Order: sequence, then structure tokens, then C-alpha cells
Amino acid sequence: MSGDMILFFILASLSVIFSLLVIFPRNVVHSAMALAATLFFVAVLFLTLDAPMLAILQVLVYAGAIMILFLFVIMLLNPAALEGRRIAWWTLGSLAAVALLLELVSLFFYRPSPSGQPPVAAAFGGPETLAQSLFTDFALPFEIASVLLLVAIIGAVALAKREG
Amino acid sequence: MIIDLGIIAAKVFLVLFMVLNLAGLLGWIERKGSALIQDRIGANRASVLGFAGLGLVNTLLADPIKFLTKEDFIPPQGDRLLHTLAPCLALFPALVTFAVIPFGDVLVVGERQINLQVANLNIGILYIFGMASLSVYGIVVGAWASNNKFSLLGGVRGAAQMISYEIAMGLSVIGVIMAYGTLELQQIARAQGELFWGWLPAWGFFLQPVAFLLFFTAAVAETKRTPFDLPEGESELVAGYHVEYSGGKFLMFFVGEFAEIVTAAGLITTLFFGGWQLPYLMRDGFHFPWGGALLLPHLAVVVLQVGAFTIKVLFFCWLQILLRWSLPRFRYDQLMRLGWKMMLPVALVNVVVTAVWIVLRQQLSVKP
Amino acid sequence: MAPLNYYLVLSAIIFAIGVAGVVIRRNFIVILLSIELMLNAVNLTFIAFARYLGSMEGQVIVFFVMTVAAAEAVVGLAIIISIFRHRRSLDPREMQLLKW
Repeated sequence: MSGDMILFFILASLSVIFSLLVIFPRNVVHSAMALAATLFFVAVLFLTLDAPMLAILQVLVYAGAIMILFLFVIMLLNPAALEGRRIAWWTLGSLAAVALLLELVSLFFYRPSPSGQPPVAAAFGGPETLAQSLFTDFALPFEIASVLLLVAIIGAVALAKREG
Repeated sequence: MIIDLGIIAAKVFLVLFMVLNLAGLLGWIERKGSALIQDRIGANRASVLGFAGLGLVNTLLADPIKFLTKEDFIPPQGDRLLHTLAPCLALFPALVTFAVIPFGDVLVVGERQINLQVANLNIGILYIFGMASLSVYGIVVGAWASNNKFSLLGGVRGAAQMISYEIAMGLSVIGVIMAYGTLELQQIARAQGELFWGWLPAWGFFLQPVAFLLFFTAAVAETKRTPFDLPEGESELVAGYHVEYSGGKFLMFFVGEFAEIVTAAGLITTLFFGGWQLPYLMRDGFHFPWGGALLLPHLAVVVLQVGAFTIKVLFFCWLQILLRWSLPRFRYDQLMRLGWKMMLPVALVNVVVTAVWIVLRQQLSVKP
Repeated sequence: MAPLNYYLVLSAIIFAIGVAGVVIRRNFIVILLSIELMLNAVNLTFIAFARYLGSMEGQVIVFFVMTVAAAEAVVGLAIIISIFRHRRSLDPREMQLLKW
């Protein structure tokens, strides 16, 4: 087994373990921290797939901003009540998720997939190449995304503002 | 292969050694500096065999021993796991950020070229912002896990403050990135070796003075020290997010804060004050604009570069400590207004002006 | 190098865990966190495909997914805050009334 494969399996098992830890704990802060850890490990997986720019963006935007926002809201609300657990509901939900997983996996193996990675330029996934695509082929979606962010800001302010 | 690994390990060790020791030394500089500013005698009580050594014994020997031997208190209603994790989360980003800051040019030993920088990433600046954005976790998690109202308030304040100032910080650096056209810190440092009109070094400060002011302010805000110490705010929140920390864990928060100061100083030096560049020092020695030249051996040049970097970093560390003991604390609404209504618009205008300037320069093909 | 299928299966597992979180948990914040988990699994698929097809388009899509995820989290959290103000609870089962 090569070093790459070992690295992949370590990262894969860590991200699966931490994503399970997102949904299991009764404490919301523990869930949020587990999600932050998952995002971090998935960012390292991005690095193994030659996407350094997106790996950094993942850490910067997801782990650094969105998750802090989650923690901020959790601390602001400080919900005291922990939800109860019902075994039947948990089993049913888990079975549904496992069924979905089996379906997805069988779908992936239905068609043969490319076996090896094609050679790419050294700049693949770097800031220059990403910006090249963003500002030429995807210029319109890029502008729309900025409008979306503006709408989200205004919406959040309008929603969270106290009336009166 | 083995030698390459050894060189990398040596660089990692050197940088960590320097940052941690400088962080320890800053504790002494801060005490002595505050004493100087407040016209009193600083820490001088602890002594070894009658030797007090200007208080150095205090900060370098007595303090760590005192911290490490004190009771490690965990609040009974708090969260044991997260309470222990938080100081590590606070210290980690401060230490790893220094990995992409170059502390010298290339050192040539025989046929080997050693880049005096731990990791030369082509997304260097973004890596720094990624790590800096993780440093919020230490405060937020520590504050929450302490189960204390004061620390919770401090944590909420800290999260809002750091996210707000990160935006201004990122936007101010965009101007610098545009001016030098690269994200690699080593290349930015190299580009600052050029001269304007034959005599003025092309330092970021001269190219982007507004960006420097914004970046410096935001960097001080990110280190959470006065005038931006609202997450701690002794007079309002006792000690804010680390109210419930004692012993070794408090020491980690403490060292983390000083390591952040060192990292901020390193970044300011690299982005705005030429990094390891000494004016008129080329690879083979000094070439003065008035015609003279002073040729130096390679090793002397490298030593001068590393020395210049260290002195600049020390200067900015000292400047931050001076700021802390001279300025009063902001009120919270003033802090938010400064971040969102003043620094953010100015940073955006700076980006636009820089873009216009770059386009004009290309059109008119003027040199600087 | 791990084959493409490995990455796809990994992202399917993470996606399924996200779905399970949405179905099982009864806390708005954990449900939002699970949605982020699902989005992240999809991102991993896009980036794996981008690498194995040698095209940047997958990565560009991920960039947009991140933007949408940020917008979604902000609006979602704002809704949660305003619900919590009215009902003092994060349990979706208590939100049976259309107007209160």
C-alpha cells in the first residue's frame, strides 16, 4: 500500500468519525466542534486532490467564519434544554440513511469510472487558474453570487432585528 | 533526502525556538515597559542567589514555575474536554502561522540552496488568514466551556470582534497583493528590494500606506490587547474568556497572546517593511545610490538579512507593547463602528484606488 | 493515488450521515449543521471529479457552493434566532403554528 493510500484512509476515517460525532452528541457545542474538525479533514482531502485554493477557502470560509457564526449563535441563545432520545426514531432514521448510502454506492459502481488521474499542470487548482475560470467563463454566476450574498446580509439583518 | 529532511527540521526548530523564546522575552519587555511608562520600578522581587537580573529571573524562571505548579482548576459545571482543548486551540494558530514568513533570502551551502522560510506555499497569505481565522476557536470554546457568565460575555465579544476585524485585515492586504502581484511571501519580500527613483526602497509602506495603517490596527485588534481588549476587559468582565483558567492552561493562553504579537510583527515587517531586506543590500553586498559599493561575503549578507528581519520584528513587538500601555480601551459600540463603518469602507476604497493605479501604470507604462 | 470510487464512497458516507442527522435530530442548529455536512460531501465529489477529469469546472462549482452555503447559514441562523425569541425552544416539533 502506497503512502497516498495510507494518507487517504487516515483522513477518510477521521472525517467519517467526526461527522458521526456531529449528529450523536446531545450538546450542540460538541456537534459544532466536530463539524469544524470534519471540515478541516475534508480540506486536507482537497489538498490531496490538487485543490489548494479551495482547501484554504474551506478552512477560511467554513471553519473560520461560518462555524464561528454557529458557535456565536449557540452562545447567544445558550439553549439549556437537551432533547430527549427515542430509540425507535433513531433506528428508523439510521436505517433510512443506510438505505440511501447503499443506493448511492451502487450507483457509483454501476458505471466504470476513470481509473487514474490525468496529468495536470502544476498551477491546477491554484489561485490563478481558479480566478481565470471565475472571471471569464463564470463571470455572470460570479456576479449573481455577490448579489446573493448581499441579499443574504439584508435578509439576516431584517430577520434578526428586534421589532419596534 | 535525509539531508533535506534534516534541513526542514532544523528550520522548523529554529523558527519555533525563536518565536517561543521571543514570546517569553516579551513578557519581560512588557513588564519593564509598563513600569517605565507608569514611572515605577518593574518586576524585581524574585531572585536566584541574590541575583534579580532586572526582573529577567522573574519572567524567565519564576513565572513559568509558578504557573506550572499552581492548581489546574476545572469548573465543576463546565465541560472538561473543551476546557482542556481551548488553550491548545488558542496556542496552535499563533505558532503555525510563522511557517510561511520568510526570515531571510537564500542561503547557499556548497551546491545546496536553502530557502530561509519553513514552507514556501504559493498561497502563503491565504494560509495565514486561514490559520488566523482559526484562532477565534480558542476564545469561544474556552469561554463556553468555563460555564461562567463573565467568560461567556467575553467569548461572544471576542468572536464578534475578531470576525469583524478579519474582514478589514483581509481587504487591506488585497491592496498589497495587487501591488506585488503574488501571494507568496518570499516573492513579496524579494520585490521590496527594488528601488524607486534609484534611492527609495520599494517597501510596502511606501506603496500602500493606507493598507499599513488598516493592517496594523486590525492586527492589534486580532491580538485582543488594549485598546481592543474587550474580550478580556478586566474592569468589566474580570478577565473575560479566561476567567476560569489557571496554572498551565492559563500559561498557554498567555504565551499564545505573545506569540500572536510576534507573528503580527513578522507579518507587518514582511508585507510593509521589506521583510529581511536591508536598504541597498544586494546579494553580493551594499550598492549605494550615490555610487559606492561595499562587497561582502555571502555568509555576512545572510547574517545581515536575518539580523535586519529580527530587529524589525522586535521594533514592531515593542510598538505594540507601547500602544497597549498608552491607549485606553474602546467602548464596544465604538469598536464595532471603527471596524465596520470606518476601516471597511476605507479598505474597499484602497482596493479600488490600487486597481485604478495599476491599470493607469500599465496604460502609461510608468515605472513605479 | 486512491481511485475515484474511494472518494465517491467517502462522500456518500458523509452525505448519508448528514441525512441521518436531519432526519433524527430535533434541534434546529444540529439540523443546519447536518445540512452543512451534506453540502461538504457534495463539494468533495465535485473536487474529486475535477481532479479525475482534469478540468477546473468542478472546482469553480465548489466555490459557488461555498458562497451559497455561507448565505444559507446566515439566513438560517437569523431565522433560528427569531424563532427562539418567540418560542424559547429549538425543537422543530413545536413549530406547528403558521402564525403566532
